[in-house]
Amino acid sequence: MLTDLEKQIVIELQNGLPLVPRPYQEIAERLGLAESELIIKIKEMTERGIIRRFGAAVRHQDLGFTANAMVVWDVPEEQAPTAGRLLAGFAEVTHCYQRTRRPGWPYTIFTVIHGQTREECERIAGRMAKKTGFTNYRLLFSTSELKKSTMKYFSD
Amino acid sequence: MSLDQTDKKILQIIQSDFPLTSRPFAAIAESLGITEDEVLERIGRMQQSGVIRRLGGLFDSRKIGYTGTLCAMRVPQDHLSRVAEIVNAYPGVTHNYIRSHEYNMWFTLLAESEARINSIIKEIKTKTGITDVLNLPAVNIFKIRVNFNLSEVQNAD
Repeated sequence: MLTDLEKQIVIELQNGLPLVPRPYQEIAERLGLAESELIIKIKEMTERGIIRRFGAAVRHQDLGFTANAMVVWDVPEEQAPTAGRLLAGFAEVTHCYQRTRRPGWPYTIFTVIHGQTREECERIAGRMAKKTGFTNYRLLFSTSELKKSTMKYFSD
Repeated sequence: MSLDQTDKKILQIIQSDFPLTSRPFAAIAESLGITEDEVLERIGRMQQSGVIRRLGGLFDSRKIGYTGTLCAMRVPQDHLSRVAEIVNAYPGVTHNYIRSHEYNMWFTLLAESEARINSIIKEIKTKTGITDVLNLPAVNIFKIRVNFNLSEVQNAD
């Protein structure tokens, strides 16, 4: 679990770095730390995996990724770990999870593919199926984005 | 907005390798042969136009002590905006997309505990009157990649 100081650092860093020459200094002052202490703490929290990535989050659509497909794979649960590892190995896959199977929902492996077009996503999924032998899959394209926000932890 | 080569180089650096030094923008400036002011100005502009969604930390919700799930909901076409309003009002709902499937509304939900997740889903069912909601928590994570290599993007054109 996080210490109170770590929680405060999370709150500061999720609000964003101030665009000033010494952003760590500005945050450190608010937390009652030295600038160097804060920098060390951020490094340590990154090493521990609490901070998954430190830097800019960029909107993909603006960089030429126009199609985003969620590909769901109907793989028996006992084969799911193998399928997950194989499917995660494709460079076009940005996310790969195994999720709980539900009545009426047989799909256990979820992959996200970003491509330039829908057709490209379909080709990629087809190639993944052919190479892995997992051929029961469906592509779910997003037709509109209703919300995209970053989680504000410890905000209530 | 259109990005020039310098903007793209800045994006590449700050996406994957943001300097953890006293004057990070000066360090970026030095590697690109421009001034610190120019780096700050360009990043500010890209933030304003929305190319940069956020400059800061991206956290592992599990390690922070939060738990998350993906939910899929079967919503009649003419109820989409009403249901979206109810679902999106929860701060723990960070992403919500309409997808091409009978389960058409897909949203991610984060909360402090599994019990809270379950109670939020129950609330959503009650408030929307829609009971067909799949709760699909991850049991294994094989890959999460959040940053893209810009040169990859350019090569793909």
